[in-house]
Amino acid sequence: MAVAETLSALVERALADVTASADLARLDEVRLRLLGKKGALTEQLKSLGALAAAERPAAGQRINQAKATIQAALEAQRERLEAAALDADLATGMIDVTLPGRGQEQGGLHPVTRTRLRIERIFRDAGFQVATGPEVEDDFHNFEALNIPKNHPARAMHDTFYFADGRLLRTHTSPVQIRAMRATKPPLALIAPGRVYRNDSDMTHTPMFHQVEGMVVGESVSFANLKAMLHTFVEHFFEQPLGMRLRPSYFPFTEPSAEVDIECVFCHGAGCRVCKQTGWLEILGCGMIHPQVLAAAGIDSEVWQGYAFGMGIERLTMLRYGVDDLRLFFENDLQFLKQFS
Amino acid sequence: MKITHHWLREFTPLDVGAAELAKRLTLAGLEVEAVTPVAPPFSGVIVGEVLSAGRHPNAEKLSVCEVTTDGSNRLQIICGAPNVRSGLKVAVAMVGAELPGGMVIKRAKLRGLESNGMLCSARELGLGLEHDGILELTPELELNRDLRAALDLDDTTLEVNVTPNRGDCMSVLGIARDYAAAHGSRYLTHSVPTVAAQRTDVFAVTIEEPAGCPLFTSRVIRGVAPKAQSPPWLRERLRRVGINSISAVVDVTNYVMMELGQPMHAYDLTRLNGCIAVRMAKADERLTLLDDKEYILDPDYLVVADGSGAIGLAGIMGGRSTAISDSTTEVLLEAAHWTPDILAGRARRMGLFTDAAQRFERGVDPTLTQHAMERATALLQEIAGGEAGPVQVTRGDTTPGAGRTEPAIGVSLRRSRLARLLGVAVPDAEVHALLGAVTGHVETTADGWRVLRPAHRFDIRIEADLIEEVARLRGFDRIAESHARAPQVAGYNTEQRISNDGLLTAMVDMGYREVITYSFVDPAAQRQLFPDIPALALANAISTDLSEMRVSLWTGLVVAARDNLRRQQSRVRLFEIGKKFDVQSEGAVLHEIETLAGIVLGSRWPEQWGSAREPMDFYDVKNHLMRLFSLTGNSTAFRFEPESLSCLRPGRAARIYRDATAVGWLGEIHPQLVKSLELAVNTLVFELEIDSTFVSNIPKYNVISKFPSVRRDLAIVVDESIPFAVLQENVTVSASGLLSELRVFDVYRGPSVDFGRKSIALGLILQDSSRTLTDVDADAVVTAVVARLRDELSATIRDQ
Repeated sequence: MAVAETLSALVERALADVTASADLARLDEVRLRLLGKKGALTEQLKSLGALAAAERPAAGQRINQAKATIQAALEAQRERLEAAALDADLATGMIDVTLPGRGQEQGGLHPVTRTRLRIERIFRDAGFQVATGPEVEDDFHNFEALNIPKNHPARAMHDTFYFADGRLLRTHTSPVQIRAMRATKPPLALIAPGRVYRNDSDMTHTPMFHQVEGMVVGESVSFANLKAMLHTFVEHFFEQPLGMRLRPSYFPFTEPSAEVDIECVFCHGAGCRVCKQTGWLEILGCGMIHPQVLAAAGIDSEVWQGYAFGMGIERLTMLRYGVDDLRLFFENDLQFLKQFS
Repeated sequence: MKITHHWLREFTPLDVGAAELAKRLTLAGLEVEAVTPVAPPFSGVIVGEVLSAGRHPNAEKLSVCEVTTDGSNRLQIICGAPNVRSGLKVAVAMVGAELPGGMVIKRAKLRGLESNGMLCSARELGLGLEHDGILELTPELELNRDLRAALDLDDTTLEVNVTPNRGDCMSVLGIARDYAAAHGSRYLTHSVPTVAAQRTDVFAVTIEEPAGCPLFTSRVIRGVAPKAQSPPWLRERLRRVGINSISAVVDVTNYVMMELGQPMHAYDLTRLNGCIAVRMAKADERLTLLDDKEYILDPDYLVVADGSGAIGLAGIMGGRSTAISDSTTEVLLEAAHWTPDILAGRARRMGLFTDAAQRFERGVDPTLTQHAMERATALLQEIAGGEAGPVQVTRGDTTPGAGRTEPAIGVSLRRSRLARLLGVAVPDAEVHALLGAVTGHVETTADGWRVLRPAHRFDIRIEADLIEEVARLRGFDRIAESHARAPQVAGYNTEQRISNDGLLTAMVDMGYREVITYSFVDPAAQRQLFPDIPALALANAISTDLSEMRVSLWTGLVVAARDNLRRQQSRVRLFEIGKKFDVQSEGAVLHEIETLAGIVLGSRWPEQWGSAREPMDFYDVKNHLMRLFSLTGNSTAFRFEPESLSCLRPGRAARIYRDATAVGWLGEIHPQLVKSLELAVNTLVFELEIDSTFVSNIPKYNVISKFPSVRRDLAIVVDESIPFAVLQENVTVSASGLLSELRVFDVYRGPSVDFGRKSIALGLILQDSSRTLTDVDADAVVTAVVARLRDELSATIRDQ
């Protein structure tokens, strides 16, 4: 009887102590005082041994019930206190989510590179390989092999930079055609992007700029194929349906030769400042590879034929992004460059 | 070249307006670059005559004129022009007329007197800038005609960009011929009457260079009226095609050139000495041309000479000494054929871009000379009178049957070839008709057609030339697009080299901005950075500051960084991928070396809250480079060796090696250069040769250790002179294969370390692939490492 009475008083006092615990540390003290090695309830369990065997089960059960009651109270209080602590932490731990983030900034590509990569991607998807060639060229690759002999009037179209020994800075990416054809047996399809140089500098010319040369050689690669490829390219590049027309023109290394105009991407043919009111934008030159050029590259023009084209990367970049001054590309002003990343 | 719509209409029937004509020419390969009306729009201006002109009673500078516009009416018009006078044919803007700019003429009172219209100046009608007085019309003009009709002002000038292969289109006649061929219409050669000789004299001509001059046609004309002026219609035509009127004789030669395509020259016969010889220039021969400049000739120039020496540069420009003057009465006209070969490049080399040279260089129809001579004679006599001698044709090659410029060559076109190259089948009849229109004569052969090259077409020599003609004249728009059947062959692709695209991405992700700088640089700036490295110089640079090929990308990057500093950018991280031009190794052999280079200045972090504002240093950039190297899967192959380069700060420069190959540099710009180049302190630069740096290992899988690692930290004190690399090597060797990673977590110099020594705190991460390491194992490694460092490097252990 004494056990039972003491036990209920103990539980009562314990529950009061638990409820009175204001923080987790205090609660832990209470837990130790009751349930620890020398805790009150633990002592009660130890005292079971002193009871008669017949009383032990009932007394044990009572003690365990009391222990369960206390544990439940402890657990409930612990949860209450933790929730309160979390609420307090949440109440004071607010940050300003609108402050800027920290760390390094992202860099960016030059717009000409960005355009070059897009062009490469479109042609790669169409099965073209990407080739490169030297920038310091010889007369043979830059002119002779492209059917531009010495004193040819077409040389007037190329203001060439020369070195003292007669070498020159390539005036177009076309020499890569020759090198590729001499290195690889047809059929072949490649583009060759890179720097080219002309001795000319004004509002619309810089002495260095970038071109992409393209070439396809096969047994029946035709002018009709050329038109289809270029039209696909311009529509992919500008991501919109665009009218295109080919105007007969003259390049010594192609025949027939054509200049390619696309419907103005700004006014769609209505006429504007960019297209000089014509509704058309000239964007590249192309044609069927001249038999002399194939011959210079060691390819039998009776068996093989093909097309070639060349375009200015700056021109396409300007049209795509609305840049109106070519010279900006080489001033490397961060305020300009940052607009393209 | 400029032509006008109405001039062209005289040579081929045109049922289209100027805009449509321009479009058609353009789509047939004669690109029209500008379409300009010869006069702005205006209306209500008619031809009238001043019957009398008297002074305005109330104004000193005004005249009161009586004007008739139909012979019977009388209009009082007040006019302020000094040249108004009775009998003058004038342009009368009637009441209600609308002038360019929208001004409408009203009845008005000027200083009390009524004015019923206006007498117009050229400028008021938009016909020129002359504003000295009213426009003086020629007396022949009929009264009451609308001025636009009377002066043919509804004409349009077309500026045609003739490609270098089409000499035959450098004239009104030539363009008409090409237009007619493309549109199935006729073109008319002007019926030029032969002018019978009224005299018998000719001027002796000998041709010493028949290859350059197969044909020299000349004609003596005596008794030409000096100072004769070309009639207004001729002057106006020349003006519309961009040629100034000079004198009757010169205007006539220009007119014939524009119309027929044959450049001509006129000599003052009395100033010719002896006879004319066509010969090569003598070495250093001097010649003053019509532009009043003296030229020293190269011996590959063909000249026209007389007893006094060279008097003209054949096919390019005439000489000063025998030029037509305003006292010339005796004339020798020349219409020669100079071959393209003898002209090729010559005019350009002298900087003379004359109309004649442009045409001869492209090729002028050799059959034109006599025709042109007759046309010029007729025009000249009409304007300035004179008596003509016979047309003298001097041939370069006098052997019988020779003297033709080039034998007519036949060119064949195969039907199959045409279809295969264009990718469309063109009906036979159409091919036949087009070739006929171009060449005048077509034969049908077993597999296609055969034509003779027409004399005016220097660009028709091979089959491809005929294919081009057919495609061009039919219109490229009639070749339907069709996609090629592509062979399914994959392109070459390697994993054994980091692609440039991959490098671009990596650099951008590390916060660098890509720039593109010129491959040629300022030699002075390059010398500042690389005083001892030879560079390739351009022979004809555009300017001195762009005259030498770069030997390093730094030359351009330094400028780009400085320019951005000047634009108030304080934090700059730039990179470029491009070629440097190396001539120093292997003698003069040039190597174009593709390079990745960068320049870094400013703070480590962008300006932001919560991080200190410290400058970037060597180690920050070294980390960037190591990240690039890790892309190769072989970063342990890279070493940074302290070496020196004059542009880099001593002691803060490293040559970078991949195994034994030097692949690049990293360093801080020398403080002296920072000052002279206007950079910022702590400007760092790096450069990597891409091909040797970015060879990539194919990853090889290793079994991942299932056992935990153990870490032991050591603070090692060593002499300043001992680089970390040496420490690392010794630790690695003594760790008996258990070292999986070595971290440096502090480098300390200060009071608790002896002067001249430094403390480097190392974290050794130990791991074995076959068992869990015990404390005993780890302690054994530490003991071995410490012993080795003590013995090899006189190292001590701090605070352990």
